[in-house]
Amino acid sequence: MTSAILPIDHKRRRTVFTAEGLALTFVLASRGARFGAFVLDYIFLMVSAIAVTLLFVWLAGGVGALDGPGGSGAGEFLMIAWTLFWFISWNGYFMAFEMSPRGATLGKRIVGIRVAARPVSGEGAARLTAEAVISRNLLRDVEFFLPLVLLVVAPSGEAGSAGMAGAAWFLVFALFPFFNRDALRAGDIVAGTWVVEAPKVKLATALAPHPPAASPDLAAATYRFSDAELAVYGEHELQTLERVLRENGQESMIAVHEAICRKIGWNPGRGDERAFLAAYYVQLRSRLEGGLRFGRRKADKFSP
Amino acid sequence: MTQVQGAIEAAALRSDRFRLAREDDWKRLDSIVSRLESGRLRKLSDDDVLALPALYRTAASSLAVARETSLDAATIAYLEALVRRAWFQVYGPRQGFARWFAQFLGGGLSRAVRSIWPDILIALAVMVAGAIAGWMLVAQDQEWYWSLVPSQFADTRVPGASRDVLLQALGTEDSAAGLSGFAAHLFQNNAGVSILAFALGFAFGIPTLLLLLKEMATLGAMMWLFASQGLAFEFSAWLAVHGTTELFAILLAGAAGVHVGRAMAFPGERAVLSAAAAAGRRAATVMAGVVLMLIFAALLEAFPRQLVSGAWDRMLIGSAMLALWLAYFFAFRRNTQGAPA
Repeated sequence: MTSAILPIDHKRRRTVFTAEGLALTFVLASRGARFGAFVLDYIFLMVSAIAVTLLFVWLAGGVGALDGPGGSGAGEFLMIAWTLFWFISWNGYFMAFEMSPRGATLGKRIVGIRVAARPVSGEGAARLTAEAVISRNLLRDVEFFLPLVLLVVAPSGEAGSAGMAGAAWFLVFALFPFFNRDALRAGDIVAGTWVVEAPKVKLATALAPHPPAASPDLAAATYRFSDAELAVYGEHELQTLERVLRENGQESMIAVHEAICRKIGWNPGRGDERAFLAAYYVQLRSRLEGGLRFGRRKADKFSP
Repeated sequence: MTQVQGAIEAAALRSDRFRLAREDDWKRLDSIVSRLESGRLRKLSDDDVLALPALYRTAASSLAVARETSLDAATIAYLEALVRRAWFQVYGPRQGFARWFAQFLGGGLSRAVRSIWPDILIALAVMVAGAIAGWMLVAQDQEWYWSLVPSQFADTRVPGASRDVLLQALGTEDSAAGLSGFAAHLFQNNAGVSILAFALGFAFGIPTLLLLLKEMATLGAMMWLFASQGLAFEFSAWLAVHGTTELFAILLAGAAGVHVGRAMAFPGERAVLSAAAAAGRRAATVMAGVVLMLIFAALLEAFPRQLVSGAWDRMLIGSAMLALWLAYFFAFRRNTQGAPA
């Protein structure tokens, strides 16, 4: 489960308008996450393929004993089944998983990303189609495995200049995601897809106290801050404070408590940090949200 | 004093009251979406299915309001993730694989093939040129045969071989044993070549054309070899059984690659990215058809070709398959433009 507050790289945020005119925020998956998912998926694929292959070998051993020398129908059937199994799993694994409602392979699910349709410029968000999934996965071999084979062959000198061509080819495809804003690989371009973060976020408990009767422990009444004392901080600091309160670590609370006291000129006491911070959080948020209603935003402590 | 306190409390609570009032709806949406995501459709009650669009809109408007009025980062992060997940389910691909496949066979495939007809003509021209070039090169200098035809094929079928030896290479097997394994192998091999032809289209289609040229030059060279011993018809018939299907499939795969490459090189008025994406999806439909055709081709290659011996019979099977594909792709027009009923 991902923590509720994710520090998100703003360069990766994309706003897309849906049919209802709602602005959906997509966060592009990082290249590292995608590579991790790719490696995981091939580990899964390889481990299960090898397990099934061993099963086939084991079966073939039994069949061989039954049929005697000279080959047989059963052995041939096993061979065909194995060939088809290999073809279907190699090509079908990604397609089947990405066509499912979650739009992600096992590896992608683990790192919390999914495939989505890239919105056409000027139009709204689009739905992911089966054709797009097929298309993006058909390019996979050319993008990675074919160049890899060429790269492995190249140093032997057997392929000569073809090996060099393979290396150049490999670079073009493998580095493709680094040469465009949306980190698209060749398959994404041809299919009109992109890969976005798909975290499952749990609803965190409300931090601000409800009427004092409901939560007497957060003694909002004990600490009262003047307007000037609240005016020193903005939304950024509020979010930091929120994170500190949610993480509930003693050391960081003491540090933040001290920092705030120094800033507003109070004499920091000891032992009541959480109550102090909770009170400050509620009153600061109330003040800033009040400003929002009048169209005033204070991004951080440096803004006026 | 109490007045100030009351004001603070009221203000502090406003965004939280908003949240508390809607929290249950969000959580219900969350659980419906979770069940949809895991594919447990049957566990969804009718009430939940009916409620989904309304709950989605509620959550979406909650998010819009929260963005403007609330500074509760955790709640906004939760809502953004929830609305995005719900959007994927509400607007996700509702059709399962079976539905997609029925639509694909019942018009989707033939429509996609018709829509890339200029690319089919380009690929066809290149393939014909390749075959002619292969023939001409070998006719002028037999040494070319060795560079054009991969050595694994050049068992007995080499320049200078007698007519009998060549004829024997076109012979039949006595029984079907071993043939289905051969078919599976052929299928995998040809599917690989076709996927490659398509994928190479990404580089503006040029490598695709080169690949087609090379494959067909091999065929042209072999054609010359058999023709030089007066076996042109026998060879064509031998090839036609599966060749009309297989070469058609490779033609379509090449055309799909060219289609993508052409869209990227000449996007027209659209942006390169959207042109490439539209072309890629159309081509993907064609590619799914190519894989199906290759399954047919492998079966034809393994059984009828090896078991049916008469040249005329072979020719008949090959022509019938060709006529069938042509009819399916170009004469079969069911209007499935809109969503199926």
